[in-house]
Amino acid sequence: MILDFSSPIDYLWALLPEVVLAATGLLVLVVDVFQRGSRSGPSRAWVGWTAVAGVLLALVANGYLLEFEAPGRSGMIAMDTFRIAMNFVILGATALGLFLAFDYLRREGMDIGEFYFLVLMAAVGMMLLAGSRDLIVVFVSLELMSLSAYVLTGFNRKDPRSAEAALKYFLMGAFASGFLLYGIALLFGATGSTNLALVTSEVTRGAQEGNLLLYAGVALVVVGFAFKISAVPFHMWTPDTYEGAPTPVTGYMAAGVKAAGFAALLRIVTVELAPAAEVWTEILWWLAVLTMIVPNLIALAQDSVKRMLAYSSIAHAGYLLVGVVAGSSAGRSAALLYLAVYSVMTIGAFAVVGLVAGKGDSRTGLADYRGLGWRRPLLGGLMVIFLLSLAGFPPTGGFIGKLYLLIAAVDAGHVALAVILVVTSFVSYYYYLRVIWKMYFEEAPEDAVLPAAPGGAFRLAAVVAALAILVSGLFPGRAIQTAETVGQDLAPRPATPFSQPAVPMGVPDTTTD
Amino acid sequence: MDNFFESHWVLSLLIILPLAGSVACLAAREELARHVAFGTSVIAFLISLPLFWTFRSGTAAIQNYVSVPWIEAWGIGYTVGIDGISLLMVLLTTFVTPLAILGSYTYIQRNQRAYYAMLLLLLAAMIGVFVALDLFLFFLFWEIMLIPMYFIIGVWGGKRRIYAAVKFFLFTAIGSLLMLVAILVMVYLYYRQFGIITFAYNDLVQLPIARDLQFVLFAAFALAFAIKVPLFPVHTWLPDAHVEAPTAGSVILAGVLLKMGTYGFLRFALPFFSHAATSPAVIGTVMVLSLIGIIYGAWVAAVQPDAKKLVAYTSIAHLGFVMMGLFALTTQGIQGGILQMVNHGISTGALFLLIGMVYERRHTRMIEDFGGIAKVMPVFAASFLLVALSSIGLPGTNGFIGEFLILIGTFQKYPVVAFIAATGVIFAAAYMLPMVQRMLYGEIDREENRALSDITLRERVVLAPALIMIVLIGVYPQPFLSRTAASVDALIDQVELRAVAAPVVAGASDLRFDRMPILGADE
Repeated sequence: MILDFSSPIDYLWALLPEVVLAATGLLVLVVDVFQRGSRSGPSRAWVGWTAVAGVLLALVANGYLLEFEAPGRSGMIAMDTFRIAMNFVILGATALGLFLAFDYLRREGMDIGEFYFLVLMAAVGMMLLAGSRDLIVVFVSLELMSLSAYVLTGFNRKDPRSAEAALKYFLMGAFASGFLLYGIALLFGATGSTNLALVTSEVTRGAQEGNLLLYAGVALVVVGFAFKISAVPFHMWTPDTYEGAPTPVTGYMAAGVKAAGFAALLRIVTVELAPAAEVWTEILWWLAVLTMIVPNLIALAQDSVKRMLAYSSIAHAGYLLVGVVAGSSAGRSAALLYLAVYSVMTIGAFAVVGLVAGKGDSRTGLADYRGLGWRRPLLGGLMVIFLLSLAGFPPTGGFIGKLYLLIAAVDAGHVALAVILVVTSFVSYYYYLRVIWKMYFEEAPEDAVLPAAPGGAFRLAAVVAALAILVSGLFPGRAIQTAETVGQDLAPRPATPFSQPAVPMGVPDTTTD
Repeated sequence: MDNFFESHWVLSLLIILPLAGSVACLAAREELARHVAFGTSVIAFLISLPLFWTFRSGTAAIQNYVSVPWIEAWGIGYTVGIDGISLLMVLLTTFVTPLAILGSYTYIQRNQRAYYAMLLLLLAAMIGVFVALDLFLFFLFWEIMLIPMYFIIGVWGGKRRIYAAVKFFLFTAIGSLLMLVAILVMVYLYYRQFGIITFAYNDLVQLPIARDLQFVLFAAFALAFAIKVPLFPVHTWLPDAHVEAPTAGSVILAGVLLKMGTYGFLRFALPFFSHAATSPAVIGTVMVLSLIGIIYGAWVAAVQPDAKKLVAYTSIAHLGFVMMGLFALTTQGIQGGILQMVNHGISTGALFLLIGMVYERRHTRMIEDFGGIAKVMPVFAASFLLVALSSIGLPGTNGFIGEFLILIGTFQKYPVVAFIAATGVIFAAAYMLPMVQRMLYGEIDREENRALSDITLRERVVLAPALIMIVLIGVYPQPFLSRTAASVDALIDQVELRAVAAPVVAGASDLRFDRMPILGADE
């Protein structure tokens, strides 16, 4: 079906998965009010399952988007495979996050309709952000996502850590939104449009003329996104927020918000603002380097597994930035693949942390993991797989993802970035290994509390996630090809992971330089 | 299938079977796991053994070769095959592993299922490293091997096991990660020159690499392999890992894992970066480091009160000999080096098994805690003596053949180096014989030692194959040497040819190492 963006009805078709998800969210909210006796009591189990069903339905609707075509680049929402792929990542992360959160929510008495509503709304925001081709839509979807995330962070009202986390997140997030909005305003001033297709053509001209307004706008937009993806030095809110938020929310934010932020960054910066590359390459190069080095070093000193994973998620933003800096089709494909794998492994790891933490979300220290691997073999085994994947160790998807990023970096001539990525990954081995050795090499103390056994939904989802990580590590062919196609679809480029050979094929170049 | 042993299936089965056995161990009952593991490893050995005869020794061609596309987008294939060098390494691996497993039967008391599953996983990864002819596949096995070893040392090791396990892991990992970047750079260069993305060994080994760049890439590979060997300044993980690991861990560590480093030099670093590898600077460095390893290893071994630590340091000395032989780049030197890799695997493996046996009885490894135990453990003492003599390199044992060939091979090109290294043979006697004497002979001066029982039937079964091989290779090494001869000669030719043919500056050098934005735009 061919969509015509001059008709509002066709926009509804183009936004099918978002519409499905938003409708489910509203349904959950309304139904929940009627079926719940008291305001503070828990919801019935099927409220949560309704939300999951909505996400699954949205996944189907998202697949249906492949049927549509939208000629031209003028619409406010993209209709390319990149958006669809990012939607799959975000929806998959949402479904996985919900499956793994049920045990936790019931335990902490957070099993109420509003929670699911907020999660779904955040997902809608993320998806819109990933697909937006207009700076206004960027801002609106970013706010939808962020506001939902602020409330989710503070969702456990009885826990002061949760409230503190939410306040910090909100204040810093508002600040970041300000930067972004200012950047958008400057870009509008420089180009006269918020539509990215028009902005791009103006940027091409502006970059030639050395337009200062344009440069400032690009820089501010980049900074605004850097807050959202928690790139160093705009990461200050992340450790406290991630540590204080309810653990499943942390996992969801670390995966979903980051995925959406990167999707927007990849689309807007590396494609639409490509003519202004000399501005953002330099900024992002430094952000990438700092974001790889700083959190990996700080994570070494953490005694709390949850806080350690928070720093680890910052570090992963650094690895992903390498793909953005590469700025090539390969870089985008690599970042996309890595985002998909990263979502699964980070949600999985945080879910295990949430389960081990026990009532009150309190046992998150390294010491609480002593002997866990032998006492809860399933949890231990899952955690090992998630951690090894986060470390980028073969044969996991995390390794393939990092390899792809390395290939993209080498291809783009950023060997220095590749080396930094490798060395910082090496540093990260230590703190991932430390959790493993606590789980297996040390004995549990006499008075240790055995974490509750995970429920059926958790087992199913976590085992599927772990298997997905292993399979994507051993047989990544299809995933790589998909990522490659999608990366090229965003901005058509040559059909190989490397850019074209500089010399004709088969002729060794012996010229001196 | 009558040609099973000439097909790749024999190699693939050697990888798949231990993996399946590993899963079976986890599923088996706690007390049955060890039998499952031992059975699997014996079957693996029996599968691999006929290779020794079906292998065509007159040719340097890769045999049992297969290449199946795996990750086509990146030109990665499941490519395996063996030549004379990897043949011996595969057989060494399958030979040592059952002994290590049988040697653990009574030593490992808790979490047996996981322990034996890890050992079999390790077996699969080790075979994989030696047969992989695709750099991605090689790297995969090279890294996977770390995980089971990390657990074996960390869970079932001694008091400082966590420190040793983490140190082992991190030391090996830093080298291999830099190697990964070097591999990617090579793949990229190959693409720039020939327009094809490939990780296949047979392709990359033909890549011309600019001379200056060769040194950088060689350094990355060499670091990974040197840590594994281990060469002198990066050897510090080895004594810790050996001492803390359970017996089987030490046996496999010494028997097989260290060989991955020397094998890596032979298979990858030498032919890939021939110009760098044959340059006086590199050869000189390797020779000096090897000599330091030989002499320093021997001296430090001589003062160790702990028998296991003593043997650990002898590994450094022995592997120093091997490295010296390989980098002499003469037929005898490399052949001797390869044979010495096998010898060291058998002899040192047996020494660790023997020390494990007395440790199980006395729960101490201090040399001073023993004395005169030959009187109560005669079979043990005789075995220990033979293995110790093989480790020294006494004529008639396998150690003599290996060291002698290495010294001849090195003497042809670097007589001074060979002269200094020969003193290492004397030092070997100086640390090994006093230990033998103080532990086995003299009067029994401790009451606890009077009640020691001689080794059991199971322990005799563990030791017998190693003892037989020590004598067999010692008196009749020809079958082993003839199988490596063609491969070694071809390797030397290849290295010499590529060393000369390496472009002074190739198109390769347009790799923009310095494209850090802060350094200014370069275009």
